[in-house]
Amino acid sequence: MSSLTEKDRPIVQLLLNTGTCPRCILRFCCVGSQMLYRHPYKELMKDLKEFLKNNQEEEDTDCFDVVDPPCKRIRLEQTEEGPDALNHNGALQQIPLVNDGNTAVENSAVKVCNVCLGILQEFCEADFVKKVCQKVNSADYQFTSFVFSVSLPPQLSVRERAAWLLVKQEMRNLGLSLAKDDIVQLKEAYKWIIHPQLSEELGVPADGKSLFEVSVVFAHPETDEECHFLATACPDCFKRAKNKQSVFTRMAVIKALEKIKEDDFLKHFPCPPGSPKNLCVAVEIQCNNGAVFVAGRYNKYSRNLPQTPWIIDGERKLESSVEELISEHLMAEFKADSFNFSSSGREDVDVRTLGSGRPFAIELVNPRRIHFTAEEMKRLQQTINNSSDKIQVRDLQLVTREAIGRMKEGEEEKTKTYSALIWTDKAIQKEDIAFLDDIKELKLDQKTPLRVLHRRPLAVRCRIIHTMKSEYIDEHHFRLHLKTQAGTYIKEFVHGDFGRTKPNIGSLLNRTADILELDVESVDVDWPPTLDD
Amino acid sequence: MAAGGGAERYFTRWYKPDVKGRPCEDFCVLQHSNRICVITLAEAHPLLQSGKTIKSVNYQISANCSRLQNKVSGKSKRGAQFLTELAPLCRISSSDGEEYTVYSCIRGRLIEVNENILSNPAILQEKPSTEGYIAVVLPKFEESKSVTQGLLTQKEYGEVLLKRLNSSS
Repeated sequence: MSSLTEKDRPIVQLLLNTGTCPRCILRFCCVGSQMLYRHPYKELMKDLKEFLKNNQEEEDTDCFDVVDPPCKRIRLEQTEEGPDALNHNGALQQIPLVNDGNTAVENSAVKVCNVCLGILQEFCEADFVKKVCQKVNSADYQFTSFVFSVSLPPQLSVRERAAWLLVKQEMRNLGLSLAKDDIVQLKEAYKWIIHPQLSEELGVPADGKSLFEVSVVFAHPETDEECHFLATACPDCFKRAKNKQSVFTRMAVIKALEKIKEDDFLKHFPCPPGSPKNLCVAVEIQCNNGAVFVAGRYNKYSRNLPQTPWIIDGERKLESSVEELISEHLMAEFKADSFNFSSSGREDVDVRTLGSGRPFAIELVNPRRIHFTAEEMKRLQQTINNSSDKIQVRDLQLVTREAIGRMKEGEEEKTKTYSALIWTDKAIQKEDIAFLDDIKELKLDQKTPLRVLHRRPLAVRCRIIHTMKSEYIDEHHFRLHLKTQAGTYIKEFVHGDFGRTKPNIGSLLNRTADILELDVESVDVDWPPTLDD
Repeated sequence: MAAGGGAERYFTRWYKPDVKGRPCEDFCVLQHSNRICVITLAEAHPLLQSGKTIKSVNYQISANCSRLQNKVSGKSKRGAQFLTELAPLCRISSSDGEEYTVYSCIRGRLIEVNENILSNPAILQEKPSTEGYIAVVLPKFEESKSVTQGLLTQKEYGEVLLKRLNSSS
């Protein structure tokens, strides 16, 4: 094994004796060659044996002549105890199976590694790769790359620390140094081995920035309680458990390991770590695609359609909604789990949206399909438009996440124009309403309308009506076109909301006015980009 | 039954007649479908009869309590003065020396009192059901249905008015 040198020999011997797998041994020897880790398990084991054999005689005498590391000494004293013996301070563990390097590694059954608990053993094999790929393929996602994320049980950090202390001790005894930073991280080595295999099976490259995530969660219930001693040693690292989740999260355990003193650690945790009976278990293999964003503009032609589903006490008050009519087909085509609909403002149930419509964006969560050509989007737009006469969409296109920000900007800053059909109690003549056309930049003070006061804070909003244009109809009716600041309550401007919006049409005309119909004529946002049809 | 046109279109009218035994001192509670209530004088109230002029409106109902100092914050209207059915909202004096107290008629949080009638008492008489309202009250969510139990529907109030007419003739 060309990457290993003389100075690695004691580490290799020590770790092999104490039940550590070949790949973890390579990690602790700071071997950085990715290729090496990908060699088959049996081959690596054989090579390590070879490496040790080359100095077998010297090795034996070294073992016993050199000062034994304290933990090893304790172990040898306790050979009378059974394999699972732990005394009351937990500092003891199994009988080592070695006095010379050979017998341990020649055991036919592969022992579960005491450091990685099988992650760099079983879970690097083709069988596991196949299992993961089967899950991915059956989930039927569209993807061009993948990112593989692994969640390891927290006790692996504890065992890693114990192994590190063991090795450090040994190196110290031999007068050598070992930098912790050069030790290869378990997750990194695992990815070196498994990425190429996954990549080959799935036919796409591994890419850290990929939106398609394959995640595996590993657990090792047998040793779950190994972390518990950290709670007594560093209580402030562990917050109270939310719901039924364990207090011993990976982050909390890592934080505690950073704080705990070496002596304290050795008092509570066996060094070297004991060999477990079982491998880790892959409890969850999941796939997830990053969200996709679809934007467009919608027109609303119904006076009986809410923006979002209107459900009170489990009972639907009005059939369907703007967001459902638009999202239904997108959800089906993109095969997403769920959606989040947002728009640049919204209109009431009884208000139509005319003109070029109101910008909206839909976030499709965990979509199975993500690639759509401009043609396919056009067809999708047509499908939506054919399915309902209550709404129509245009400029349907894929956009990025920043779309949401653009929309909210439109809601708060951009002007809107409206057309209102107004009724008055006392008769009006053309001359009575003509003056409205000349009013520019009319300042309103609008208290929170009574109709939304149950769910909004009480406040006064100052809003501007930029221009108005009136159209006389008859003695009690006229149409008013207005261009207003974003956030203006039009209905309240017309009927006055018990005098809580001032001025209002009633006060301007010195009559009682009511709004019979309201239409949004335009939402003055130039986003999303217009598409040619 | 919904009220007339304009701002009161989505409100249901409820009535409380002869409050505190004072004849014809009737109030009208306009209840929105979202449970917000607007307290107003009913048409039969003495202040709305011809010949009455309002001299002043006073929201200071006791030494320690002024309805004008009511401050609410947030969606749940924290800090609001809590009202019971017979909590006074304001006192109105007419030029003939009479004094009338307007009562809440329902339980709930006081959201706001109408400051427009302080500066312009005339609108209380001109538009008692809209611009001349007295106060806005938000009942507790759990009590939104039961809050009108002690009140009369428009139909029932109509019968009360009829009875008054018959007994006086």
